[in-house]
Amino acid sequence: MTYSAPLQDMEFVLNELCDLEGVCSLPGLQETTPDLASAVLEEAAKIASEVLAPLNRQGDTQGAKHLDGKVVTPDGWKEAYREFIEGGWNSISFSEKYGGQSLPYLVATAVQEMWHASNMSFALCPMLTQTAMEALLMHGSDALKQTYLPKMVSGEWTGTMNLTESQAGSDLSAVRTQAEPNGDHYRLYGQKIFITYGDHDLTENIIHMVLARTPNAPEGVRGISLFLVPKLLVNTDGSVGEPNDVRCVSIEHKLGIHGSPTCVLAYGDKEGAVGYLVGEENQGLVYMFVMMNLARHAVGVEGLAIAERAYQQAASFAKERVQGRPIGTKSGDRVSIIHHADVRRMLMTMRCKVEAMRSLAYLWAGAFDKSTHHPDEDERLRQQQIVELLTPIVKGWCTETGNQLASLGVQVHGGMGFIEETGAAQHFRDARITTIYEGTTGIQAGDLVGRKLLRDGGAAAVMMLETMRKIEPSMADIKEFDKIYKQSLDDLEQATQWLLKAAMEDPQLPAAASYYYLELWGVVVGGWLMAKSALAAQKKKSAGEGDKAFYDNKIKTASYYAAHVLSGTTGLRHTIIEGSDDVMALQVEDF
Amino acid sequence: MKILVPIKRVVDYNVKVRVKSDQTGVETANVKMSMNPFDEIAVEEAIRLQEAGTAEEIVIVSIGIKQCQETIRTALAMGADRGILVETEEEVQPLAVAKILKHLVEKESPQLVITGKQAIDDDNNQTGQLLAALLGWSQGTFASKLEFTDDRLKLTREVDGGLETVSLSLPSVVTTDLRLNEPRFVKLPNIMKAKKKQLDIIPMDSLGLDTTSRVKILKVEDPPQREAGIKVDSVEELIDKLKNEAKVI
Repeated sequence: MTYSAPLQDMEFVLNELCDLEGVCSLPGLQETTPDLASAVLEEAAKIASEVLAPLNRQGDTQGAKHLDGKVVTPDGWKEAYREFIEGGWNSISFSEKYGGQSLPYLVATAVQEMWHASNMSFALCPMLTQTAMEALLMHGSDALKQTYLPKMVSGEWTGTMNLTESQAGSDLSAVRTQAEPNGDHYRLYGQKIFITYGDHDLTENIIHMVLARTPNAPEGVRGISLFLVPKLLVNTDGSVGEPNDVRCVSIEHKLGIHGSPTCVLAYGDKEGAVGYLVGEENQGLVYMFVMMNLARHAVGVEGLAIAERAYQQAASFAKERVQGRPIGTKSGDRVSIIHHADVRRMLMTMRCKVEAMRSLAYLWAGAFDKSTHHPDEDERLRQQQIVELLTPIVKGWCTETGNQLASLGVQVHGGMGFIEETGAAQHFRDARITTIYEGTTGIQAGDLVGRKLLRDGGAAAVMMLETMRKIEPSMADIKEFDKIYKQSLDDLEQATQWLLKAAMEDPQLPAAASYYYLELWGVVVGGWLMAKSALAAQKKKSAGEGDKAFYDNKIKTASYYAAHVLSGTTGLRHTIIEGSDDVMALQVEDF
Repeated sequence: MKILVPIKRVVDYNVKVRVKSDQTGVETANVKMSMNPFDEIAVEEAIRLQEAGTAEEIVIVSIGIKQCQETIRTALAMGADRGILVETEEEVQPLAVAKILKHLVEKESPQLVITGKQAIDDDNNQTGQLLAALLGWSQGTFASKLEFTDDRLKLTREVDGGLETVSLSLPSVVTTDLRLNEPRFVKLPNIMKAKKKQLDIIPMDSLGLDTTSRVKILKVEDPPQREAGIKVDSVEELIDKLKNEAKVI
């Protein structure tokens, strides 16, 4: 099954909902114009569909292998990686100062969607390199940056993030890896697990960013530092030297993303792995938090991307698979299953939620660009507030929805979907990790309620609600949209008020409600953006501009979203307000 | 050596072409457009000749509406040096295209013109040949291999019976076939650089050439739908149908 990037919808979201032109006029981003962005997306789409997508299945069936102590990537991975970095795609939004292209994160997000949709297992490698580069750029010394950054930007070396240990998953305070000072560097000892692309054969060197404790560091999260540990030591002239004392012990056998090697890395089996402190001691977790927004957004985009791929596959299958006759007819030709209403229901659910997720994920990216590049400080802070509030929603809602839609993709295929050869099952399996890594949905929901709602007493939430109340969906001529939309905003507002109050009575209540509260936010923000799409489409149509059929469809998917998705907010509000005390009702021993 | 590469903006090869409701042509409004694939092969070949040191400058030419600039920019992002758009809203047929190109060849003095053997929208397969004739140059059509030896061009052509190798004097017009090369993917930094490359726009009317259409299109329609076959019960019935219904025997 092939992948074709949905360029028309991507450009619609970028231009009509995310103010691409405004973002391109920000200081530091003016090299980009909407026309140029369009050319970039078109070329990226070619790489995605012609280079990466054809390898997706190979990655799944063959998988990464651990042979003779070395990790071997699936056939074709090396050539694809070469094509990818030679094309300059590794450094799309990275600063020109280090060899990047300085494109807005908004444009990079659309490109990222294509990488993940075409081949998520492959895309994880550049994604992790990006995160490691961000950490180094923000906190590393000039000497470290000069030695490592340019080669990571070019893709000559890749990067990894080493946080998790077997006893330290969601709770990083339990990190035990030791870092002992040794002259101008440190020696690291310990074991890290779940390291994506922790070892591979795509590049000569790999740069690990590792969380560890120095001797006498305080207990818990305040005693964790960040270190840069290269796989091969780098000589003073920049050339690659002796192997460092770090090795891949094994790779995991996983439910999905088989092409991406998930490694157990052992540090310091012999003399200790040479590591260099990034920033200051004991600041490691603070640094992680700075990057977390970007990393969590990127995983949210994975949820969106897999759902798009699953949708394309399901729609194409539904158009080909012939079963049964149209309802109400007993003779005549059998038809493809897309003619049956229940199959349509599934495809429409997939389609409208994908559109809503895309709008949300891109909106976040536009806000991120404004929060980092806008000349006015107040505006930067306002955009930052949006970024902070939306981060757990992008990550939590887009990945939960991505799973739901990949599952629907299998369902559209019927029995054929349960068969691996069809390919629908791979998307379902690949999507499954997205609600887990980079903070589970539970962690996102806790972040939304604890840090984003309760900490500022609901200020950001109220600001967002006010913004969302400013539009009138009725103008798009969709039946009942106004009523459903206003109800959904009321539901969200009431749930928000209740949470603020309940938190003072019993701290368990917001935690018990948090998952549903995150879902409620996702559905309502999605509704807001679908309403905005419908309004923008209506405006274009009235002006007689562009592709009328496309705009008609945008209005139809918005209408479906309103009646089938947004209408569910009242149930969520009820669950939150009336059902939260049921969550902890049984005693532990009753389970 | 300077190479001129004429390219055409056409409906993207992935798009299912639809006939306009008034049957005057195919629908191009709101349809994804891109470079004619054979022309892309021509651009790629020119760039390879430049990379090999055979060519110094590559000039891209397109004739058509102002959006053809995007197609020219794609060629510039692939690696060509500069572009010329001969702008017109009118439909331009192969003879007119050849005349315009002749005019540009006289102005630019390239030693080689490489273009696609045909455009995938009208499948005319005429422009290269017409241009060579108008210029009085040698021509090598349907090229699947190019080699330069001592001021001559050794060119392998894909013909019905197999491969034909010809030796051409320069200057020459070459048209490309599918197997000449595989066009490269555009590199991201080159998309940024292409934005700054020179692109001149010349109104077609200013050239003073006779570009009137010589062929009048009466009607464009979809090919007839193939009808389902039937099973016959006997050889006799088959022969009867072939004789009396199909009237082929």
